[in-house]
Amino acid sequence: MTFDVIIIGGGPAGLAAAIYAGRAKLGGIILEKMSPGGQVLITDFVENYPGFVEGISGFELVEKFTEHAKRFGITVENGEVSSIEPVGAEFNLNLTDGRTITSKTVIITTGATHRKLGVKGEQELTGRGVSYCATCDGPFFKDQVVAVVGGGDSAVQEAIFLTKFAKKVYLIHRRDQLRAIKILQERAFSNDKIEFIWNSTVEEIKGKDQVEAIKIVNKLTGETSCLNVDGVFIFIGIEPTTHFVKGLVDMDQRGFIKTDEWMRTSVKGIYAAGDCRKKPLLQIVTAVAEGATAAFAVEHDLA
Amino acid sequence: MSSDKIIQVSDADFDEKVLKSDIPVLVDFWAAWCGPCRAIAPVIDQLAEEYEGKVKIAKMNVDENPATPGKFGIRAIPTLILFKDGNVVEQITGAVGKTVIENALSKVA
Repeated sequence: MTFDVIIIGGGPAGLAAAIYAGRAKLGGIILEKMSPGGQVLITDFVENYPGFVEGISGFELVEKFTEHAKRFGITVENGEVSSIEPVGAEFNLNLTDGRTITSKTVIITTGATHRKLGVKGEQELTGRGVSYCATCDGPFFKDQVVAVVGGGDSAVQEAIFLTKFAKKVYLIHRRDQLRAIKILQERAFSNDKIEFIWNSTVEEIKGKDQVEAIKIVNKLTGETSCLNVDGVFIFIGIEPTTHFVKGLVDMDQRGFIKTDEWMRTSVKGIYAAGDCRKKPLLQIVTAVAEGATAAFAVEHDLA
Repeated sequence: MSSDKIIQVSDADFDEKVLKSDIPVLVDFWAAWCGPCRAIAPVIDQLAEEYEGKVKIAKMNVDENPATPGKFGIRAIPTLILFKDGNVVEQITGAVGKTVIENALSKVA
């Protein structure tokens, strides 16, 4: 059997695409390698999604999205796509479990994952003090000292979150000012558990079985110092999950998929939406808008 | 709604159910507040069905059982540890796809 549309990835973009595709009566499924949610699942609190005036936890928001998507008939199936092969005007999706699924169109909503620092000790001590998820691992650092690396929204929001547990949070940023949105900056600056270390990068994470210290270099003075910490939380941006379509659709240098305003990629019949797509604002609210647009484009192009 | 093939382990019965088990055991260390733990739960369920009789699939709530995670230096969840004959065969940190876990399980089953 051939589907009208397969949506790869069950984050906000994919779930929104499913709502719109379902209401357009397109036959399709969402393929998700874990359970729906994507990066929102690790977000402590979402307070910029319209309609939730008091904010909502990432958990709850995803649950609502998933329930909503199901209502219109597009179900979430467990599966991870390893490659897409164009066959005539259709596509064969090869899954890591050996299955092949055929569809007339594909919407790629695979999102992104956290970027790594790429320094000595990071890999070895991941799960032993090195973390990319404050909501998951924060409670293990009760009354301890942690460092947060980064200066964007995620870094600042998670640093504030970590002050619930840690007795001290160092925020280490390579510039002399934060990139995070102003409201988060104000909250961080007024939090006396947070100490800022500006113009600095982490060069090494040290520790035998657990994180014990980090080596920091001040970019202005070249001075190297060692900071004793029990944990390092890294929020230095994201990497798109697009390796499985490399060479198939056009991407930028970092692997973000290029589309037109209908979310069409360079390959007719393949669309992309959400954080895996090249765009200026990576947010839930833009992801759902693009998911809706992609589903609308599929409906339009199949007609 | 988790699979009834999954066994729940605690600090009290960890030795008996995991370390002294006749067959290999995969322990999923998790907590209710952890999003990625929730993300991999359906995969753990499937594995419990598929590996029945070959590998025991177990879960330990780290909130209710702080001693065992401490013993294994766990400071991130989800962490999956595969035990065979009381020894750690493999440790996986963070939410991963099913194939990564299957690769680990293929070493013992």
